[in-house]
Amino acid sequence: MGSVRLLPPTASTFAAEYDGLFWFFMISCGLAFFVTFTVMMYFAFRYRRGTGRYVPSQGVAHTWVEVAWSLPVFFVVAVLFVWGARIFIDAYTPPKDAMEIFVTGKQWMWKVQHPNGRREINELHLPTKTPIKLTLTSEDVIHSFFIPAFRTKRDVLPGRYTDMWFEATEPGQYHLFCAEYCGTEHSRMVGRIVAMEPDDYQNWVGGTDEAEGQPKQVASLADAVDRPEKTDGGEAKAAEAESDADPEEQQKSMVQAGEQLFQMNACAGCHYAGDGAPCPDLEGLWKSKRPMADGTSVMADENYIRESILNPQAKVVMGYAPVMPSFQGRIDEEGINQLIAYIKSLDGSGGASN
Amino acid sequence: MTAITHDENLTAGEPAPVAGRTNYLNASHGLKSWLLTVDHKRIAILYLLGITFFFALGGIFAVLLRVELSTPGPLFVESDTYNRLFTMHGIIMVFFFLVPSIPATLGNFLVPIMIGAKDLAFPKINLLSWYIYMLGGLFTFASVALGGVDTGWTFYTPYSSTYANSNVMLAAVGVFISGFASILTGLNFLVSIHKMRAPGMTWFRLPLFIWAQYATSLIMLLGTPVVAITILLVAVERGLGVGIFDPKLGGDPVLFQHLFWFYSHPAVYIMLLPGMGVISELISCFSRKPVFGYKFIAFSSLAIAVLGFIVWGHHMFTSSQSVYAGTAFSLLTMFVAVPSAIKVFNWTATLFQGSIEFTGPMLYALGFIGLFLIGGLTGVFLGTLGLDLHVHDTYFVVAHFHFVMVGATLMAYLGGLHFWWPKMTGRMYPQPIARFSAGLIFVGFILAFMPQFVLGYLGMPRRYHIYPEEFQMLHVLSTAGASILGVGYILPVFYFIWSLRYGDVAQDNPWGAAGLEWEIQSPPTQFNFDETPVVRHDAYDYRTELPVPGERQGVKARSV
Repeated sequence: MGSVRLLPPTASTFAAEYDGLFWFFMISCGLAFFVTFTVMMYFAFRYRRGTGRYVPSQGVAHTWVEVAWSLPVFFVVAVLFVWGARIFIDAYTPPKDAMEIFVTGKQWMWKVQHPNGRREINELHLPTKTPIKLTLTSEDVIHSFFIPAFRTKRDVLPGRYTDMWFEATEPGQYHLFCAEYCGTEHSRMVGRIVAMEPDDYQNWVGGTDEAEGQPKQVASLADAVDRPEKTDGGEAKAAEAESDADPEEQQKSMVQAGEQLFQMNACAGCHYAGDGAPCPDLEGLWKSKRPMADGTSVMADENYIRESILNPQAKVVMGYAPVMPSFQGRIDEEGINQLIAYIKSLDGSGGASN
Repeated sequence: MTAITHDENLTAGEPAPVAGRTNYLNASHGLKSWLLTVDHKRIAILYLLGITFFFALGGIFAVLLRVELSTPGPLFVESDTYNRLFTMHGIIMVFFFLVPSIPATLGNFLVPIMIGAKDLAFPKINLLSWYIYMLGGLFTFASVALGGVDTGWTFYTPYSSTYANSNVMLAAVGVFISGFASILTGLNFLVSIHKMRAPGMTWFRLPLFIWAQYATSLIMLLGTPVVAITILLVAVERGLGVGIFDPKLGGDPVLFQHLFWFYSHPAVYIMLLPGMGVISELISCFSRKPVFGYKFIAFSSLAIAVLGFIVWGHHMFTSSQSVYAGTAFSLLTMFVAVPSAIKVFNWTATLFQGSIEFTGPMLYALGFIGLFLIGGLTGVFLGTLGLDLHVHDTYFVVAHFHFVMVGATLMAYLGGLHFWWPKMTGRMYPQPIARFSAGLIFVGFILAFMPQFVLGYLGMPRRYHIYPEEFQMLHVLSTAGASILGVGYILPVFYFIWSLRYGDVAQDNPWGAAGLEWEIQSPPTQFNFDETPVVRHDAYDYRTELPVPGERQGVKARSV
């Protein structure tokens, strides 16, 4: 590309807010730089040796001068702090009604799972004008999910969940980068964000969108080895490489897949309603306050559920014995995401089997 | 030489320089007399040689990196090699050049003289610190020779502790060991400044360079042990499999970042504060004015050192740290802007109604202020929570910390070397070429790193070997600037070495500067002062203008 652009595209609601603060910074601090540098240069030139403008110092303290020139600095950084904190807290507080997409990072690829179960690698299709919450985790080292056009990023950590959210405004394709150094192919852990009109997204995620080619069959992602080729290759190659995937599986939503895992691992053998159940009933668990055996209480969120699956003894609910075995190594990150989606769906209305 | 030099009689009464007087350089001879010396000035020279070697090594890596980055795809190295290059560049430049640079060379040479003492409080510990530094350097050099490290200089876990397949242990041991050199130097300075000031040298008569060294020493003493322990923990997890940072072993990966930045943010001020001290000396001398707002500059150094310990979380806004912690760290970070701005304003005010002489060192000092302004303001940008989200871990950060830690600090270091070179070696170097190299460095630096701000804002992540083609133009610009910068950094090496043999013999006070170090001979005798000086006035006792250089007496300098 011949042309050099100096500003990245602005393609999310946050990016627009961000740019406002950016220009405030550029103008206020640009002015501060210009004035200070110009005054310095002017003094240096005007009072250069030989001009006879030297006035020996009287040795007087000028406390008021120090206070006077500190005040504007204080004022500007105060505004920057408040404004910056406001949009920061906003950027990291997903709205309740946000559509949730799960992202798993691993050396050196991004795996994405949509609510209806559709998966993709190193690409994230999403609808515009819709708040989207990404729940992020890593299978190995720390990564960072970075979308310059949306002006936001979040570190992706092994062993826990982080989240980020945004609302795309402009349909288009944007860079996706891993921003936290993660090893040899760090700079190839890139992909693209495809922002689509909500209707187009519905077509795509349902697997019938013409423009985007055939629906992808991307099930056993962990087996994909030759990622670098795949990142730029587009749909067809990925579909070929993953053709052994079970098409049935592709159609399952996250909740259904989670329910299947729940049964396969015989979780319901212990987790059921009723007196004498060896383990707590999971109906209505999501976002409830759980009393612990040690007297503390814990909010049941993604990190809590994840920990309870992998390290059940860490937090034991009051009134229950620590009998649950660890599922470390038996359920992968994506499986845990599905289980979480399933447990979330158990809202007490009796919709799911128990 | 027809060029105007400073090797001229400033006043009719000053004795002509005499070559061949006994001084610390010719007091004893032989390799042993250097390797077993306890003279702080000789140790400063040993450090000078050591850090120059590591600067050259780190510089070679920088050159390779910039050349490699001139194309979006691989040019002559694979990604794995590229990762090792930027890691070694960072580790060597930070731990083996920038941290010891000003304190261990100029500080070692000047702290005792400026406070009117014969040596530091613990001369043997001072020598020990140099050996520790070299031993740490040896380990790091070995890790380079055996193939390098690829963790990034930040050693982030669990990559460094579990996943990396490179010489992490060797490099970590090197950094761990060299930390003790830093601790000992800090200890030595603190005790010396407290206990060994000459009669009359009250706290508020100390040169601001000493205040800056004092603040720096506090950080060295209090912060370095934390990074040493952190590195040790990485080694324990990597070597013994004890779960500390890797969640697969039950650890917490973000814990590492807290521990690491608890030292490494203050470490930035270890690199910067001594530079600010140098600038106060230079600006004052070449304006013929006492530094404006002496106490404000002195206390702002302490304020920056103390605040430096409670802002580490601003490296972690995107790390999963809670938004409340992020907000608190951002607020504290903003406070650092105030003492930093106070320093810049006071330096500018010092120029007012002064008698400014554009010598080589002065141009370096003015260049420092320009680069520091940009580095400091972009630091405010990064400290602003919302703004950081986008540019965190991009080239914007790379440009920012190079402006502060390299642009500004190296300007100050070179400015200080140019200023005290006559005192350290007894020789003058030609001013025109020093002015030229200062200008070259300034222009080269701006060209090399300004495009990186734009790159970062466009979204170019740091530590990327391969990058989208649309970023190439800016990378080529940056590489071009870096080549100018490289010439600027190499030039002083040549004329400094040249000056040792062919330079004019320096007078005791070639700049007409105030300060105890200018009242003794150049180079100083082994114990600096024939008798303990008594200080009777404030620092920067400049009351008169100097004649324009060309109009001074005795225009022709002597060569010996």
